[in-house]
Amino acid sequence: MIKVLQYSFYDLIRSRWSYVYLLFYLVLGFALLFLNNSVSKSIITLMNIIIVLTPMIGTIFGVMYFYSSREFTELLLAQPIKRTTIFIGQYLGVALSLTLSLVIGLGIPFMFYGIWQSSEMMNFALLMISGSFLTFIFVALAYNIGLKNDNKIKGFGYAILLWLFMAVIYDGLFLISLVVFDDYPLDKFTLLATMFNPIDLSRILILLKLDVSALLGYTGAVFQKFFGTNTGMFSSLLVLSVWTIIPIYFISRSASKKDF
Amino acid sequence: MIEITNLYKKFGKVKVLENVGLSILENGIFAILGPNGSGKTTLIKSILGMVIPDAGEIKINGQIIKGKWDYRKDIDYLPQIAQFPDNLSVVELISMIKNLRGKHANDLELIELFKLGPFLDKKLGNLSGGTKQKVNLVLAFMFDSPILILDEPTTGLDPISLIHLKDLIKKEKAAGKTILITTHIMDFVEAMADEIVFLLEGDIYFKGKVDELKKKSDRNDLEHAIATILSENE
Repeated sequence: MIKVLQYSFYDLIRSRWSYVYLLFYLVLGFALLFLNNSVSKSIITLMNIIIVLTPMIGTIFGVMYFYSSREFTELLLAQPIKRTTIFIGQYLGVALSLTLSLVIGLGIPFMFYGIWQSSEMMNFALLMISGSFLTFIFVALAYNIGLKNDNKIKGFGYAILLWLFMAVIYDGLFLISLVVFDDYPLDKFTLLATMFNPIDLSRILILLKLDVSALLGYTGAVFQKFFGTNTGMFSSLLVLSVWTIIPIYFISRSASKKDF
Repeated sequence: MIEITNLYKKFGKVKVLENVGLSILENGIFAILGPNGSGKTTLIKSILGMVIPDAGEIKINGQIIKGKWDYRKDIDYLPQIAQFPDNLSVVELISMIKNLRGKHANDLELIELFKLGPFLDKKLGNLSGGTKQKVNLVLAFMFDSPILILDEPTTGLDPISLIHLKDLIKKEKAAGKTILITTHIMDFVEAMADEIVFLLEGDIYFKGKVDELKKKSDRNDLEHAIATILSENE
């Protein structure tokens, strides 16, 4: 597994797109710190960007790498390597290189700004953790889409739809249902609905830590009331891990059944 | 060595292999022939575990291969279309496969034989079809495994490389290996193959010596013998 991971990883970090992605975060980090002139404000702005952007880059990169590495995959399949190893190795290669771009790209500007001495260190760390979770989750979902669709165009379509649904449409539907079922107690429904969307979950996770009640919104408030800050954070991290593990399990399952 | 019983495979509604049974117990060169779409590549890929059969059993060296991967260390495979990751160089690709297999390889000898020296640092995406096929051949022949599977090995090769390829195959045969070849070039089959396995509509129509096939179809040369079989079965 390590060898496959290594090759995918090197293959990716040599590609132009990884640098573009890294550079984007570098510029973003410096620009935000320069404009806001405050670490805590920058972190809130960053949260809004990371929460939408990491899933998008994760899905698109994931599905793109899956299709473009088809030849590499077929070459590996004829070697004495377990199938699961091939696909999980490649997946980890993609997810790790994207995560690295995120952490290094934002880490450098914040380090220059003296994040280590700042009281915001934990908040920044949590932001990086949820960004990494989102990357791992959405690359895994994209890999599942790739494995199920031999047609590239279809695969890309589904991947973009998935991102759009999770990042935009889900919230819309959620809000509409809150308005429509206004007369009923919605606490449990809200909790459950949040659990089913990793993007919402990460947003709440970060906001709970930042303790900005104005930004918590209805879902966040329910979350905080139900769990309290610490249990709330712990349980959302737990659910994010479940969100990571289940798609990975499905990658290995569909990989062992697929014909090449 | 290779034992296949009651193998079935369909892709969607298309039945590609239907109740294929084949046993290759001795060493030598076996040509797998058949018209386009008769299931040659599917059969080969089933042996390699790249295609998962719907039913049936495949044994390699006495071991049932379903769900296994370790047995592939005994097989060297030349895929039909030489497709490699475009942004790797030739030398990187070769060392990658060597590293993955962790076995001794005589790649230098083969690079010399196919005159690939000037291309070693070139990216695979920039190579011509024939050169890619030579790289493909190096990858397939550089390990010393008891089973060798070649899917259309002659595609895109110039006459000199073709002679080298024939010599290589003969050398491997002399070393006591089992070699499966699919091809559409009948001269190549007549010159090389010990036995023919003829696939027709997903089943094995004939297995035996070249002469027996000629006798069966009442023709003197292999090309016409095969054409006769095909037109009789239309």
